[in-house]
Amino acid sequence: MPPLTIDEWPEGWPTDLSRRDFLKWSGASLALALLSACRQPLEKIIPYGQEPENLVAGKPLSFATALAQGRSACGVLVTSHMGRPTRIDGNPRHPDSLGAADIFTQAEILNLYDPDRSQVVLEAGQPSHWQTFAAAWTRVLSGLRNGEGLRILTGAVISPSLGDQLSRILKRYPGARWHQYEPVASDAPQEGSLLAFGRRLLPRYRLREAEIIVSLDSDFLGSGPGRLAYAREFASRRRPERGQPMSRLYVAEGTPSITGSMADHHLPASQLQIEAMARQIAWACGARCARLPLEEPARRWAAAAAADLKRSRGRGLLAVGEFQPPMVHALAHAVNHALGNAGSTVEYLPPPDFRPESHARSMGTLARDMGAGRVSALVTVDCNPAYAAPADLDFPGLYRRLPFRVHAGHYADETAAISHWHLPLAHPLESWGDLRASDGTVTLCQPLIAPLYEGKSASELLSALFDENPRSGYELLRARWRHRPSFERFWLESLSEGVVAGTRYSPQRVEPRRTLAERLEPVSQAGYELLLRPDPTVLDGRHANNGWLQELPKPQTTLTWDNAALISPLTARTLEVENGDLLELRFRGRLLEAPAWVLANQAERSVTLHLGYGRRAGGKTAAGLGVDAYALRQGAEPWGGSGLELAKRSGRRALAATQGHHSMEGRRHVRAATLAQFKARPDFARQTEPGPAAEESLYPRWEPGEYAWGMTVNLNSCIGCSACVIACQAENNSPVVGKQEVLRGREMHWLRVDRYVEEHPPRMLHQPVPCMHCENAPCELVCPVGATVHSQEGLNEMVYNRCVGTRYCSNNCPYKVRRFNFFQYADLKTESLKMLRNPEVSVRERGVMEKCTYCVQRISAARIAAKKEGRRIRDGEVVTACQAACPAEAIVFGDLRDAQSRLSGQKADPLNYDLLASLGTRPRTSYLARLTNPAPELAS
Amino acid sequence: MAQIFHPFTNALSRASLVLALVLLLAVLVFAFKLYRSPYLTWAGVLLEQPVAFSHQHHVGGLGIDCRYCHASVERSAFAGMPSTKTCMSCHSQVWSDSPALEPVRDSWRSGRALEWVRVHNLPDYAYFDHSIHVKRGVGCVSCHGRVDEMPWTFRAKSLQMGWCLDCHRNPSPALRPQPAVFQMGWKPTGSPEERQVREWFSRHHDALALTNCTVCHR
Amino acid sequence: MNRPWIGPEHTYASVTDKISAIVLTEKAPRAWLWGFGVSLLLLSMLVAATVYLFAAGIGVWGVNVPVSWGFAIINFVWWIGIGHAGTLISAILLLLRQKWRTSINRFAEAMTLFAVVCAALFPVLHLGRPDKFYWLIPYPSTMGVWPQFRSPLIWDFFAISTYGTVSLLFWYVGLIPDLATLRDGARRPWASKVYGFLAMGWRGSARHWHRYETAYLLLAGLATALVVSVHSIVSLDFAASLLPGWHTTIFPPYFVSGAIYSGFAMVLTLAIPLRAYYGLEAFITERHLNNMANVMLATGLIVAYGYLMEHFMSWYGENAYEHAVTINRMRGPYAPAYWALLLFNVIIPQSLWWRRVRASPWALLAVSLSVNLGMWLERFVIVITSLHRDFLVSSWGMYYPTRWDWATFLGSLGLFFTAMFLFIRFLPVISVSETRELLSEPGASRS
Repeated sequence: MPPLTIDEWPEGWPTDLSRRDFLKWSGASLALALLSACRQPLEKIIPYGQEPENLVAGKPLSFATALAQGRSACGVLVTSHMGRPTRIDGNPRHPDSLGAADIFTQAEILNLYDPDRSQVVLEAGQPSHWQTFAAAWTRVLSGLRNGEGLRILTGAVISPSLGDQLSRILKRYPGARWHQYEPVASDAPQEGSLLAFGRRLLPRYRLREAEIIVSLDSDFLGSGPGRLAYAREFASRRRPERGQPMSRLYVAEGTPSITGSMADHHLPASQLQIEAMARQIAWACGARCARLPLEEPARRWAAAAAADLKRSRGRGLLAVGEFQPPMVHALAHAVNHALGNAGSTVEYLPPPDFRPESHARSMGTLARDMGAGRVSALVTVDCNPAYAAPADLDFPGLYRRLPFRVHAGHYADETAAISHWHLPLAHPLESWGDLRASDGTVTLCQPLIAPLYEGKSASELLSALFDENPRSGYELLRARWRHRPSFERFWLESLSEGVVAGTRYSPQRVEPRRTLAERLEPVSQAGYELLLRPDPTVLDGRHANNGWLQELPKPQTTLTWDNAALISPLTARTLEVENGDLLELRFRGRLLEAPAWVLANQAERSVTLHLGYGRRAGGKTAAGLGVDAYALRQGAEPWGGSGLELAKRSGRRALAATQGHHSMEGRRHVRAATLAQFKARPDFARQTEPGPAAEESLYPRWEPGEYAWGMTVNLNSCIGCSACVIACQAENNSPVVGKQEVLRGREMHWLRVDRYVEEHPPRMLHQPVPCMHCENAPCELVCPVGATVHSQEGLNEMVYNRCVGTRYCSNNCPYKVRRFNFFQYADLKTESLKMLRNPEVSVRERGVMEKCTYCVQRISAARIAAKKEGRRIRDGEVVTACQAACPAEAIVFGDLRDAQSRLSGQKADPLNYDLLASLGTRPRTSYLARLTNPAPELAS
Repeated sequence: MAQIFHPFTNALSRASLVLALVLLLAVLVFAFKLYRSPYLTWAGVLLEQPVAFSHQHHVGGLGIDCRYCHASVERSAFAGMPSTKTCMSCHSQVWSDSPALEPVRDSWRSGRALEWVRVHNLPDYAYFDHSIHVKRGVGCVSCHGRVDEMPWTFRAKSLQMGWCLDCHRNPSPALRPQPAVFQMGWKPTGSPEERQVREWFSRHHDALALTNCTVCHR
Repeated sequence: MNRPWIGPEHTYASVTDKISAIVLTEKAPRAWLWGFGVSLLLLSMLVAATVYLFAAGIGVWGVNVPVSWGFAIINFVWWIGIGHAGTLISAILLLLRQKWRTSINRFAEAMTLFAVVCAALFPVLHLGRPDKFYWLIPYPSTMGVWPQFRSPLIWDFFAISTYGTVSLLFWYVGLIPDLATLRDGARRPWASKVYGFLAMGWRGSARHWHRYETAYLLLAGLATALVVSVHSIVSLDFAASLLPGWHTTIFPPYFVSGAIYSGFAMVLTLAIPLRAYYGLEAFITERHLNNMANVMLATGLIVAYGYLMEHFMSWYGENAYEHAVTINRMRGPYAPAYWALLLFNVIIPQSLWWRRVRASPWALLAVSLSVNLGMWLERFVIVITSLHRDFLVSSWGMYYPTRWDWATFLGSLGLFFTAMFLFIRFLPVISVSETRELLSEPGASRS
């Protein structure tokens, strides 16, 4: 029996109306009610003193730059309205974007306007000034003889100019040392190539060539620098109805990933099994290596994979996840060489890092020196070791003992809290700089807006610290590239293109060592296995203060605002725990209490814990969410290991998941078939649920207009990465509602990604669900005030300012895509957030319904442009926000009236089907059914 | 038993029935009128401005084209407000020392922008695009009135939704041939190009699409 | 059997005195004060809850997506239903010349009126922007747009407002002769002035009576149609949607009978304590109670038939979604509410087959209370269980009422009873004039 009542008040972000000042508010709202009947208030209109050149008032501009997430850089195009950057899209010319943008890159726009961002210099937590700091700093610096005892700690540096700057500094202060620590960028791939080739190289896959892809815990579609490009290449081999041969994907992994959900053969496997399988496959493919015992079904799986790989020499690929030990990477390199895949499906490039090195070792050295008292001043730049350093180093303890501690960051975080000085860093969109992509391509980064606060960019900071006459970021960057011939032209071209010509690395010719020097540790599968992984939406915690990313449902669990110990159904049964029950994790003598979350397809005895939560500082949003997984982290085993003890604790924690039910109940919302079945019955998807035969309606159909807009979502390409969700949120000013409201089922995403779990075969299915824009829209009939109506172009329009909030339309929407403003969710108070908003879309007030509009503002813009030129809107001229962001090009939007349009082609595809077709709603959004390509060996 | 009411009460009660009805009607009429009155629409209301700018003088008198100051009207949703620079391009020579223009010169010196009071203001949820209206042949006068006869600019029309719809439901009468769009005193002449514009509209454009909500509201 | 509709001991004079005594007694009796006080307390709770609702937003209630209708709509339907008995008794029974209605019609009508007021409250409260409720009214707005007449909510608006108006008129017209009686009986001058004013100069002349009878009959005619129409339209709010569990053609008849069912239950809930306390057994006789019990039993059976048909259809129709809803009602998270509803609405009322139960007022009171509760649960089950698990599995959710949902619900009871107590105190709960007519009935009083 459900409880008879629960607490109604959202404690979460951002609604912060306390019960106390409720009388005040009642007064206010009363006044508001009266005002609404009263006359329109007067406003000011303020022209420029002198217009900036090439700016047409009211028209947006777009600039190319790049943004970094740890070790990966993504080229972007930033839209700016009257000088305010408002949204971030991918840059088609950039190799790691190809026009798409992931959730982190897009969400940077919110970080820019985050009111919690560090704004001023802090001395021991108290506001201070740059001058005051400069004085203190020069005293310290002059005290250190040629920099003896001075250490600089940064994240991974993939910026050539910043790297040069650092090396100049080290030359000038020989005694100084520079350390790098990137909490969630693994060293293993580079170490692995050291083992295999004796060089630090990174593999880059060419999935267009690959027919057989075997992934050992490699989430190449969901993480790592190349993922956006990979998603596109992978999708290109998953369209059999277009005649291309279909690729086959094997994935063995500890915890289900995005890549895993696309697998034709998915195998939940422990760390140990994965290594064993790697050795099995390597051995089968003729690499000389020791083997580990391997039991069913892993053995059969590995055998099949190996057989497939051998069958397609030069067209196969063995990919290994970055969290696997170096040896497994080495084995993969051996296999790919043995089968002649190297050079065709995989090539080797130098890492983008300015100074490639093992971050774990670099951090270890720093800690050791700190302990030994060899460090007298530490300058930390854009890195948060007090939170993210391995627990066994006890960084905070060592750090506190240092005589001079400076922290420069975007937030006053855990490290800032125990530093003498905290210096605000400027946001990337406020700074000049350059970044190197995973294939070596460099992008010159330009600022979109002058720093909102007192922040400096990293290079400006270093210049201010170490140059006699500090230079601006602009000067520094131009100086770095000055050597280029015909510089000014180079400069302008590079900036406008977003890429610097001729900087791409050329593939390295390498030969693996004959024998892999290896030693086998005594195998012990004691108790459970701990997997520490970066969080799908907040990474290492750097995005913990970003409301969009916090509220974005994690691809596998649909959890928001929290992390949890992900356990397999079997573990759940043995421990008798349910979602939310507290577990005690004991690992290498360290303790942590975390709520459990049961996850299908999780390896039976593996427990996954995501890093990046349990923040103690770093913003109002970040602090106090989830549990701090770093507490269990070891320098030696940064990604966990076996020997985890698990026990049930009393008590539970409410976890806010956006989807409560993960079985499809046999309703076939997502339709899937094997390649064979598809060939036998190409239109299986449509036959599953046919729509009503004739037009059966009491009401006359609306008259069709000039265009007929529609959309298709290809479930074969869609990897469920949620980039579209953030894109939609950014484009349409969707508010963040907070954990309490998500718990009440009041999230506001216009576009959601549904997940369904199938038992046989065990897999996860993703389905993005925007408004269907039904031709017979049930919502329209029931609205008493005509706030939702049909347009001539087939849009199901939602008019916020006419809506009175009966919510009848939501009841009557079979797809439940409508979202209601139960409170004043849109933050109308915070000044900085006002600058974030897209001026082309209304900000919704309390008490009105809203939903996906097919980005009608973009349609209007295109229509006006077309009309002015006296032509029709061209195919592909209107691109919805979700479509633009999608790395796999799964979403196609266009005009059904145009038989030549890309959309019309998709709609004619045999796989095309309508969701809930039997209801006769005639949705304009339709889906292309999912196909799998299982191996004959494993088909049974 | 004594009378509690005077006999006159009967008449009174009968009268009150009629009165009640009249009163009800009066209230309805008043409300109807009030919501269309200048008090709520600002139509025809003069507003305090930082500079005593006269469209009558500049447009009517000097015959300066609208686009000289409202430069982006053909390219953007926003017609554009002249920057101080635009004002000074003339007024650094003409009336360069008139006290009336002191605010302008001050803005020019200090770089502080002039703050005009907005005369034509739509609610934030209404998206109006100047460029397309101008391109389609809707004259400035249709919405802004004869500014060339306004010594002191005021809102000529109510700008209420009903008023917008009047035109969106039947645009043709409001359309002019391109050259006439920026003319103030233009009158329909029944010229062939004029007819052509209107016919073009009825031919090429299903007026229904003009009344789609999302044409103005997003 | 043909027991009289009114106690043998009564004469014209005694009837008048007995009934008007309730109103004209100097001091309010203690029990009345208590009851009134409690109701007033609940009413103030409603006011507080409403102010808070308007200040903070609809989010203070438990509604969400997918369950975006909650207590507000449940209570709305429940109250409207209760109203119906009054109209049925006064209108239809009048046209059918059912003499026994006279002693209950007055406060049944009052009950209707107050129930409609309570009901009308909720559709406004549950709006996201209640200050814009008037957009449902067709009027020439400056926006140049009109309401969307295909929406059942618009039909609703008209149904409720008509119903309210007619009920008020009907009740008032019926009161006029009695108001005159009170005017003449009142001791205090101001009292007689007030009653006199409301009596609109009624002198009881033959002409007056003639006009009065005609008007009353006409109104009865009007109201009769409403008994059927209003709740049918309310049921269309659900039936016109495409939700499994709502989209059924049986809703109108079974909503109407359900309405009368709950209405009579409420009449009994009020009548039994009333007659006991003010000693009106002579007017509201066991025979009255017996008849009302019979009506309840009959309508109750129709409702039960409705449930049965719903289930039959969901099985026979072979619509997977319909089927799932039925199963979910019986086995899902809200199953307790469903089984409780069957107990209170179907099982317990079967006791009315026994004359002993119908004859004992307190047993009857228990049954009618159970029916009141049952009917509320019925609306809960209809609204919540259909919404919380509909078509798309990914969107399934749960609904939990908040303290403010409860406050508003109980508050509306406060509003209802406050009005009821005031009515009992200041107006004749039984129609004096009509009761006096009974005395002149040949079969009625033994002469």
